[in-house]
Amino acid sequence: MRELQTVLAGFGGQGILFAGKVIASAGLVEDRELSWLPSYGPEMRGGTASCSVTLSDDPIGSPLVMNPNALVVMNQPSYDKFIDTVAPGGVVVVDSTLVLSMKERDDVTTVALPATEIAEKEGLKGLANIVLVGKLWALTQFCERQNLDAAIDHVVPAKKQAMVALNKQALEIGIQA
Amino acid sequence: MTEKVLMKGNEALAECAMRAGCRFFFGYPITPQTELAAYMSKCMPKIGGTYLQAESEIAAINMVYGAAAAGARVMTSSSSPGISLKSEGVSYMAGADLPGVIINVQRGGPGLGSIQPSQSDYWQATRALGHGDYHMIVFAPSTVQEMADCAYNAFDVADKYLTPVMILADGMLGQMMEPVVLPEPKTELPEKPWAINGTKCQRKHNIANSLYLDPELLEQKNIERFERYEIIKANEQKAEEFMVEDADIVLVAFGASARIARSAVVSARARGIKAGLIRPITLWPFPVDVVDAAANHCKQFLSVEMNMGQMVEDVRLVSAGRVPVSFYGRAGGMIPTPAEVLAKIVELNEQVGE
Repeated sequence: MRELQTVLAGFGGQGILFAGKVIASAGLVEDRELSWLPSYGPEMRGGTASCSVTLSDDPIGSPLVMNPNALVVMNQPSYDKFIDTVAPGGVVVVDSTLVLSMKERDDVTTVALPATEIAEKEGLKGLANIVLVGKLWALTQFCERQNLDAAIDHVVPAKKQAMVALNKQALEIGIQA
Repeated sequence: MTEKVLMKGNEALAECAMRAGCRFFFGYPITPQTELAAYMSKCMPKIGGTYLQAESEIAAINMVYGAAAAGARVMTSSSSPGISLKSEGVSYMAGADLPGVIINVQRGGPGLGSIQPSQSDYWQATRALGHGDYHMIVFAPSTVQEMADCAYNAFDVADKYLTPVMILADGMLGQMMEPVVLPEPKTELPEKPWAINGTKCQRKHNIANSLYLDPELLEQKNIERFERYEIIKANEQKAEEFMVEDADIVLVAFGASARIARSAVVSARARGIKAGLIRPITLWPFPVDVVDAAANHCKQFLSVEMNMGQMVEDVRLVSAGRVPVSFYGRAGGMIPTPAEVLAKIVELNEQVGE
């Protein structure tokens, strides 16, 4: 999938915005057009966070993705809010540890994996977001594989270098899951 | 040197202001511009600059007045309601011919309004930010790169014409990240022989003042200032044209709404509709020349804004009855979709075809 228009959504603290930055940074590494737009304000303060990320070969108009061709959700309210917005033919990646009730949509590909549970089992608590990015990549190949790792190098702050390897491990687990 | 980095619009404004030689920042927190002040608070001390969170917006703009009078490159930033509070100070700066940069990361209004993106301060920025006969130069970036470039250039323009300069952004542009190439820090800044920085008993006192009790003198000051405005109008109009040359329907949009309008133009062209886009980069001076040229060959203007219709009046002034001018907008923090704008283009195209 060259033209990725994705929405990532979940609770504040799950690393939704960070996961979006990883995808955006993969676009940066590949010198493509990209945009990243977070939700801000009362929505965020109420506990849910979301961001829109677009990777494209053409200049990007609105950075606000209304009808994503890829949706990553990490909680039930986000699933309920965004599932009907997904464009037909799109993919939906669901953290099934936290999203328990899903509706039938046969015009999209839904992949559910218990990312939060997997991350905890693997000793990667807090990296369910990156497990899901790995899964999204496995489904869409939105960039070259090695550039996904390069994106991690880019996004993890200098003070937290110990997190680089763990993030890459989480990616690989998501890809294989 | 040309490495691209990923940055929020608010951060790009702050970083490039510092690269332009800004060493004083006075502000007060408000969503959705807060990252700008936060970035300044982190980085300004590292380069020997001053970051100060004032006790109010009014205090902040008067500190800007003081630093500008002393010859420093100085900036303040806020969002719509905070800009209203700064308006008195900006009028004083204009009256004292002081250069400075004011950033407005707009949100929905009036009043406290919302904290979502809006363009409803167009009139305020281009007509009447404060009291008195004056204008200020207003830039309207539409990408994070342009946020960077505008902040980098705004100080030069302010110093050149001795006027406050506004960068009119919005919550979307402030919050979004895009790749940006950062310019090299400026090393040579203009001399300011008018600055109040100590006479060392070598020259007469310089004075920064906007009070003229003699009406003849004040009139003369206003006339001089408006002569300068004519030079600004002649030299500083900026706009980007996209597929305007053969267009029947010319959209006019700035900032965030220009991004959406551009997508709608691409979709319209794919349907065989001859649409184009004029994107003002300066809102004052309004890019009269470009709009005027389009009015000589297009059949319809469509102003697309995130407000109830403000810039549309400037388009009408330029069109002067030659070409009908329509408007499409969303307000209150709502962002128009390309599909909505396309629907409006299709509707107008049917009328134009008749």
